[in-house]
Amino acid sequence: MRYSAFNLIRHGLGNPLGWGPAWKPASLKPSYDAIIIGGGGHGLASAYYLAKNHGIRRVAVLERGWIGGGNTGRNTTIVRSNYFFGESARLYDHALKLYEGLSEDLNYNIMLSQRGVINIAHSEHEMELMTRSVNAMLLNGIDVELLDRKQLLAEVPLANDAPDARFPLHGGFVQRRGGVARHDAVAWGYARAASQLGVDIIQNCEVTGFIRDQNRITGLETTHGRVSAGVFGLAVAGHSSVMAAKAGFDLPLQSYALQAMVSEPLKPILHNVVMSGRTHAYVSQSDKGELVFGAGLDLYPSYAQRGNLPTAQEIIAGLLEIFPAFRRLKMLRQWAGIVDVCWDYSPIIGPAPVDGLYLNCGWGTGGFKAIPAGGWLLAHLLAHGKHDPLSAPFDLTRFQTGALIDEAAGAGIAH
Amino acid sequence: MTATRLAHGGNIDRQKPITFTWNGRVMTGFAGDTVASALLANGVRIIGRSFKYHRPRGIMAAGADEPNALVDLTHGVRHEPNARATTVLLEDGMQISVIQGWPNVDWDIFGVLDLFHRFLPAGFYYKSFFKPNWGFYENAIRRMAGLGRAKTSADRRKFDARVDHCDVLIIGGGMAGICAARAAISAGLNTILVEDRPHLGGRLNWCGRVIDGMPADQWAQQIASDLNCRVLTNAVAFGYYDHNLIGVMETVQTSDPDCGDARLWQIRARHVVLATGAFERPLLFADNDRPGVMLADAALCYVRHYGVLVGDRIVIATNNDSGYESAIGLAQAGAEVTVVDIRPIAGGIQQRAEMVGVRVLPSARVIKAIGRTAVTAVDIRTNRGSHIRIDADILASSGGWSPAVHLFSQSGGKLRWDDGTLTFVPDQSPQAVRVIGAANGTFDPAASMSEAIAAINAIAPEKVSWSLPALSQTEKSVAIEALWQDPDIIGRQWVDFQNDVTFKDIALAASENYVSVEHLKRYTTLGMATDQGKTSNVIGLAIMAQLTGREIPAVGTTTFRPPFVPVSLGAMAGSRFGPLHSPLHQLPAHQSHQKLGAEFREYGGWWRPAFYPRNSEDAFATIQREAKAVRAGVGLLDASSLGKIAVRGKDAAEFLNLIYYNELAKLKTGRLRYCFLLRETGVVYDDGVVARLADDHYLLSPSSSHTKGVLDQLELWHQTEYPSMQVSFHNLTSAYATISIAGPQSRTLLARMESGIDLSDQALPHMSLTHGTMMGHKVQLARVSFTGERAYELTMPAGQGRTFWEHLMNLGQDLGITPIGIESLSLLRAEKGYILIGTDTDGLTLPVDLGMAGPLTAKKVDFVGKRSLLTPDAMRPDRRQLIGLRPTDDQFVPAVGSHAILQVDGTRRSIGWITSSAFSPHLNHTICLAMIEGGRGLVEANAHVTIFDRGKTTTARAVEACFFDQQGVRLNG
Amino acid sequence: MLIIPCPWCGPRAEQEFHFAGEPKARPVPAEQVSDQTWAHYLYHRSNEKGAHRELWSHAHGCGRWFVMERDTHTHQILSTKAPA
Ligand SMILES: Cc1cc2nc3c(=O)[nH]c(=O)nc-3n(C[C@H](O)[C@H](O)[C@H](O)COP(=O)(O)OP(=O)(O)OC[C@H]3O[C@@H](n4cnc5c(N)ncnc54)[C@H](O)[C@@H]3O)c2cc1C
Ligand SMILES: [Zn+2]
Repeated sequence: MRYSAFNLIRHGLGNPLGWGPAWKPASLKPSYDAIIIGGGGHGLASAYYLAKNHGIRRVAVLERGWIGGGNTGRNTTIVRSNYFFGESARLYDHALKLYEGLSEDLNYNIMLSQRGVINIAHSEHEMELMTRSVNAMLLNGIDVELLDRKQLLAEVPLANDAPDARFPLHGGFVQRRGGVARHDAVAWGYARAASQLGVDIIQNCEVTGFIRDQNRITGLETTHGRVSAGVFGLAVAGHSSVMAAKAGFDLPLQSYALQAMVSEPLKPILHNVVMSGRTHAYVSQSDKGELVFGAGLDLYPSYAQRGNLPTAQEIIAGLLEIFPAFRRLKMLRQWAGIVDVCWDYSPIIGPAPVDGLYLNCGWGTGGFKAIPAGGWLLAHLLAHGKHDPLSAPFDLTRFQTGALIDEAAGAGIAH
Repeated sequence: MTATRLAHGGNIDRQKPITFTWNGRVMTGFAGDTVASALLANGVRIIGRSFKYHRPRGIMAAGADEPNALVDLTHGVRHEPNARATTVLLEDGMQISVIQGWPNVDWDIFGVLDLFHRFLPAGFYYKSFFKPNWGFYENAIRRMAGLGRAKTSADRRKFDARVDHCDVLIIGGGMAGICAARAAISAGLNTILVEDRPHLGGRLNWCGRVIDGMPADQWAQQIASDLNCRVLTNAVAFGYYDHNLIGVMETVQTSDPDCGDARLWQIRARHVVLATGAFERPLLFADNDRPGVMLADAALCYVRHYGVLVGDRIVIATNNDSGYESAIGLAQAGAEVTVVDIRPIAGGIQQRAEMVGVRVLPSARVIKAIGRTAVTAVDIRTNRGSHIRIDADILASSGGWSPAVHLFSQSGGKLRWDDGTLTFVPDQSPQAVRVIGAANGTFDPAASMSEAIAAINAIAPEKVSWSLPALSQTEKSVAIEALWQDPDIIGRQWVDFQNDVTFKDIALAASENYVSVEHLKRYTTLGMATDQGKTSNVIGLAIMAQLTGREIPAVGTTTFRPPFVPVSLGAMAGSRFGPLHSPLHQLPAHQSHQKLGAEFREYGGWWRPAFYPRNSEDAFATIQREAKAVRAGVGLLDASSLGKIAVRGKDAAEFLNLIYYNELAKLKTGRLRYCFLLRETGVVYDDGVVARLADDHYLLSPSSSHTKGVLDQLELWHQTEYPSMQVSFHNLTSAYATISIAGPQSRTLLARMESGIDLSDQALPHMSLTHGTMMGHKVQLARVSFTGERAYELTMPAGQGRTFWEHLMNLGQDLGITPIGIESLSLLRAEKGYILIGTDTDGLTLPVDLGMAGPLTAKKVDFVGKRSLLTPDAMRPDRRQLIGLRPTDDQFVPAVGSHAILQVDGTRRSIGWITSSAFSPHLNHTICLAMIEGGRGLVEANAHVTIFDRGKTTTARAVEACFFDQQGVRLNG
Repeated sequence: MLIIPCPWCGPRAEQEFHFAGEPKARPVPAEQVSDQTWAHYLYHRSNEKGAHRELWSHAHGCGRWFVMERDTHTHQILSTKAPA
């Protein structure tokens, strides 16, 4: 049943429960052409593009819990492509372009809200680094604008401009195509579209081991039994190292808890997505009216999906320093996701050290914005066994050659 | 009919009237009232409009579980856009108003939305609004959404915070909690008791029980009055964190406009006892959200605790015995009460209820609330199946109790479904926590007291020496009977009131395969409102189970996330605001710089003079003047923030040689060397001058912002990789002040200090150091230069920094001595091509990129980072390299951050960027430093590059990264 | 917030400490190891879910580094000891 305003009215008048399942309940078959481990955004998008772009429809997505229940359903939903290096810019802009057509493509409103993403510079030095970044982006075809102090204040009137502000305002830059999208809708939209193309989405199915023939993965042990397939994609974010260990290799990743919080819902008070690299604080206001904010990682590795108090305080203090009006507000919810932080803060996309297995991981704190591209590229790898040019630089071998893609290092800008 | 304030009874002080306003109308309450009880007493029925359908809503609960009664509250400087009326204590002068409803709450024009509810089912927005795109509709939808309106002015109040610890932290001061506290004290435990209401006692304050022969509320007050432990009231434990750290938010009543209204406590407890009670669940029936529909226990609380009788004719729908307790209390206060019990028989309490005139309809169900803006009647299906309508102004319900397991769940605890009480109860937790009383699903008072004693006995080294009080006899009870949703009821039935989630929405989610708890919550928004589903979660789960033919536990349990109730952001951050957010270091001679009119800026955590403007000079002119003064005469720079790390020990030389990029073992005593410290990845982490003071004694000067980091590196390598080496490190940075004296006249100035130090070039050549006495203090004098001029670094005890600075300034008057800030220093060093780490380098820069390749080939030891300089990428010939650029228009200063570009196949490609850029007053042209791919080749070819800055292009010539005095004549004298 | 038992100072609050990663044996002589071995030393981590060996320093205390075994799932601390 297609989603449209017309059908909403029809069902409103007729059978309100007649929409049918968003994605079909499915049970595990003995074999598939391709299996994707992990039903987050990246896993679901991979399945969708496998079916759609490559015509491979005997595909299963195996999800340990509930689809979208990992980081995809826990993130602060910022999408942007304002990256420094060409490799990253091309990757994330590919994602953003796909996002721009995604609601129509999936026939599911993912609520892409291009409200603009603004980064604040708090010193002359930060302004210089931003100029460097802005020019890099412009040269890479990413539309961004540098803002001086006045322009910044016009965009973000609530930013702390007091004479004793700990972090004075010097300016900033904006990517107007950046913004937020509805995280659950991205997962569900891909699931629904993939399911319509024949993909089996199997929930509560944990992959517990790999079945190998020499150096090749040929099947999986799961809580629903054994299953075999031609190729496998691994898209389990924070649990990538755990799965890699089961397949006999390790990765340049460390898993950390990343916290986020929301305030109580408010009438519109903040238009853009605002980030301050200095405090690491970033904030946007959701359609529901909640201020959604976060900052840096918790300080040590964790697989516990909850944040700790000192980091929460640090995050809040950073936010309030930039937005002193928000000191009157209340925190409604605090949570954390386990993010797979790669050494150079760039993702790993490419073949694993064992045959038949392809990786999509290392998105760390910023992989929501990349979901369409991550899925697109993993699907390409699964279908062809080799890289799309966009994903080649993100191959695991970069750690041996030394050709890291370290955005923070290059541009001095926080993720 | 509306509620009435009774002439007596309740925990309010009728001698202390309190004046407040509701939507501008002046009203009166009493000390002890909450905003909600005062509004009810003043006859307010519609307190707001619902989020989605704008339906009129009234007060439903009497505590933190209230979903409807969110109000805008202004009190002096305090403002809360979404205050929960049931938990805010009324204070004189409060201005309270509705947050939703236009033109007003009684006549809300958006109420028409309710007529379209069929077209707005759960998640309707996922199915529409994407043509042409979401942005087209979004702003209109946003304006409709949101709750309160936040103030936009800065809030500058101070929030303080407390830290505490104890043997046992008891959370919840109801019967179980105070018994536990009393027991813990008797067992000699260091105890803290936390209660979110202003009084201890919890439900004892309105349950009407008798304990030790006295009314329960009096008994509670008596116990409370001699609890010999720390008791925090008005304080809510909101978060259970690792290793038994509990976050508690205390409400602070203050008239001080500078003082925040909340205070964060972080309490670390050896043991935590949760006595957090339970929340009553409502029953579902059609239009169960009408003003006048409320929780049965809330109605009882209002009458007994606040002396407010919520209505005259009250119907109580129930599936368990506790509905009768409310009925009794309300009937005793004069209301005409009918209990509609789904069960054929109730416990012994039924008789007691009937004795006070309560009418009981057994095996009957409420099926619908009648009335639009207020309940006027109730439709009931009787035991015979016939439908009757009873006039009523209040329809209260009791659907059983859900233990407040939120904190337990946050502790990492697992929950277990209990079929007897139809609730989730605590099971195991990895932390040292025990749960007692209603929070544990133990609703019997005697049993819950015993649980309190047992919990303390289990953790106390001494036995509890307090005997339980005598409880009044309670009747035999009859078990609760499950009633989640009656399939025969037609009409809209609300589950989550604040978010407007109805039974139909859950049914829709079920039919669309959003069947897990998490999907249900997210798809329908059930439980995601500011009450966090305290009244709705379990019902929602149960309905999903019912609809999908599963057991309730199979649907899953929700994960409870902090905070238990919304908490003040200002208080969470505490004192970390403004200058205290992350305090800056000040220089020892800070006041001298202030006197000189310095403009301060932050540099790497230090608050340092950027420059010293004179009169009306602008920044550019000041910097140019200061720079010129150095090259012409002498300038003084406060360099005290520069790191000073002493490295001593037999193996100091060998150790440093392993750590630093440059050769240090062969450095002669009394000499200095400019060095890089790499990360193991080969990247230049820091640069600085290293001095050898003796065979076994070095002094490092890392850059100001890296001192701590360098020290950490040294300790790490020593303690983990080279522990057998005899070497130690001391951070002396704050013990000394350092003044840099630069310029051709620097030696003349120093000579006037009468130290007896031989300042001749033979005795003290460039890159050497010596010690002596000046002004009666031991000093170190190093000849080292950041400007390319003859320069000295004079180091003295920190306490003398100011005296030395001012003395030198006086001595140099006739030499044109000029204080200089970081900005002119930055210009002077750029003229020489001296790099600034983090400005000219980034997190990818290798030493070879900066033209320092020597040590890599010359140094044999396996120093930190060496191997990484041998990877294919590190040896690429086209790496970015530091070079100079001279713009063709030599008066034009390109922005730092401009790129150099190549045209490849009609597209522009960046080959690097400008890292430093300034107009040189000495050369009278612009100078730039840049990191450019294959830069040194371009310099050799004398090539031109195109400079790109935000669409504009200019050209520049690639030159050596040293513009001034390339032979170093001035440096060496 | 963790309570960390420093081997020298006893139990102290997490904020006094600094996490510094998994301890990794440095391959020596570094110049002779392959790019792959070096990359593994620099970047690859076991990133254990469960008992995890990690290097910490008591930065705002005694300043010493130690190896801690910690359950990364429950945050329970299993042991601390001086680096080998
Ligand atoms: C608080 C927070 C804020 C963030 N903010 C942003 C942001 O603003 N913008 C942005 O771009 N990114 C953000 N991110 C990052 C972003 O959420 C992630 O990078 C992205 O969602 C990763 O998607 P994924 O599909 O790879 O992982 P996930 O969504 O985590 O999916 C992985 C799935 O694998 C499943 N799985 C794991 N092990 C197994 C197994 N053995 N068998 C089967 N299934 C398994 C998991 O259950 C999970 O559902 C944020 C992250 C967090 C935690
Ligand atoms: Zn210690």
